[in-house]
Amino acid sequence: MRDVAVIGIGIQKWGELWDRSLRDLWVEAAQNAINDAGVDHIDTMYVGAMSPGLFVGQEHLSSLCADYLGVTPVAATRVESACCSGGMAMRSGFIEVASGMADIALVSGVEKMTDVDGGGATFALATAADGDYEVYNGVTFPGLYAMMAQDYMHRFGLTREELAAVPVKSHANGALNPHAQFQHPTTVEGVVNSVMVADPLTIMDCSPITDGAAAAILCPLEMAKDFAKGRPIIKVSGVGAATDTIALHSRKDFSTLNATVVAARRAYDMAGVGPDDIDFAEVHDCFSIAEVITSEDIGFFEKGTGGKAAAAGETALNGKRPVNTSGGLKSKGHPVGATGVGQIHELVTQLRGDAGERQLKTAKRGLAQNMGGSGGSAVVHILEVV
Amino acid sequence: MASVPGYWRERAQRLRYEGNKCESCDEVYFPPRRSCGIKCDEELKPHTLSTTGKVLTYTVIRVAPTQFVDEAPYAVAICEMDGGGRITAQLVDCPFENIKIGMPVRIEFRLIQKDGHHGILMYGYKVVPV
Repeated sequence: MRDVAVIGIGIQKWGELWDRSLRDLWVEAAQNAINDAGVDHIDTMYVGAMSPGLFVGQEHLSSLCADYLGVTPVAATRVESACCSGGMAMRSGFIEVASGMADIALVSGVEKMTDVDGGGATFALATAADGDYEVYNGVTFPGLYAMMAQDYMHRFGLTREELAAVPVKSHANGALNPHAQFQHPTTVEGVVNSVMVADPLTIMDCSPITDGAAAAILCPLEMAKDFAKGRPIIKVSGVGAATDTIALHSRKDFSTLNATVVAARRAYDMAGVGPDDIDFAEVHDCFSIAEVITSEDIGFFEKGTGGKAAAAGETALNGKRPVNTSGGLKSKGHPVGATGVGQIHELVTQLRGDAGERQLKTAKRGLAQNMGGSGGSAVVHILEVV
Repeated sequence: MASVPGYWRERAQRLRYEGNKCESCDEVYFPPRRSCGIKCDEELKPHTLSTTGKVLTYTVIRVAPTQFVDEAPYAVAICEMDGGGRITAQLVDCPFENIKIGMPVRIEFRLIQKDGHHGILMYGYKVVPV
């Protein structure tokens, strides 16, 4: 298996982009990544998207995207794993380059979510849960994560105010990210007193509905210096993916996301490093409680201590364990299929030292954790400067 | 997006709570599965869920999906049934402030959804305090 590098990244400002179509968004991100890398062709491409059929009535993104980027007859594949479709597209591109099947891979994700109303978006997103045994009985995605939060707070004594520290930190970081959907700070009172969605989670614990795309270019590590242009060379040193039960009720523990635990362990093993060797992480904070649980499940904190650590500032930009420097899904936005590649965009930005006001002092090795549904699938990538 | 055949197919679970159980590892499955995975080679035997159990965790849904909008706010709980097997169900006939993790509950046969004004009525299980 060949070593693989990320040589280009592309994105746009995410948000409610009424004047932009799915193909507009995707092509812009892909062109930005191609220009950033300086490649003159691509050998293969992967498009992560959760549900373009339900959101905009369009499937067959492999052809659509290759056509509108002007790269037909390139080999192209759509990848779907609910909210970790983007991360799984990244993994698919990694595998193809590592195997020697292709040299230059475009990996990407996109979701155009605002063409449907709130009910339509809720319906599309709910297809990531167990339709017959969860959704049928009236549970929602905020409801599933709220049940994790109830269990976690009951067992580990996390308070409502402490949990609010997560979105407060996310918005503080997002305010420094020009690509973020929400670029304004918030407060603990602002989170706790906002509209209740599913007890104990308020609207400010929930990631938003977002239009957006992100892309990256991968190549064999040995070719990466040809595209470095004086920038750091960034190796994909660890990749891990795993699954868990589709229904939350089938899990033995509602405060641990085992697919993330296993995916992280696989990525650490491949990279030959552990959690203490990671300078920062982008994790899948679709809800505030998800950031708490996943920051523990990737090994940054002991189980039951992640919420208190966030409340103590340990995950802030100047903390010991920076998490979601981009603003996370909460503030940067969550165009579901694009989110995993958006996380890769943030890792590369930090590793290159290009993160501006939110740049970390030490950023040599970063981790991205992306998951689908209530954690039924997960993928973890470790990127490092070599 | 209700499908009549889809509703009909699940009747043994929705109305009679039929699952199954692995003779090898004692795992109870609801709905029933064809396989306990590659770790167990024993046959799965029919197992009907007990109608009594306890709340493992819960929430109150205040922003509901379209087909449940008229019922919001409503409580939803994950319940472990006595003798094994877990369900996600609405917890009804109970003030929200009285809901506690660990509280005993009982399954009742209830109307779950209506497919618009002219479609089928879809029944199933909800839980109530014991």
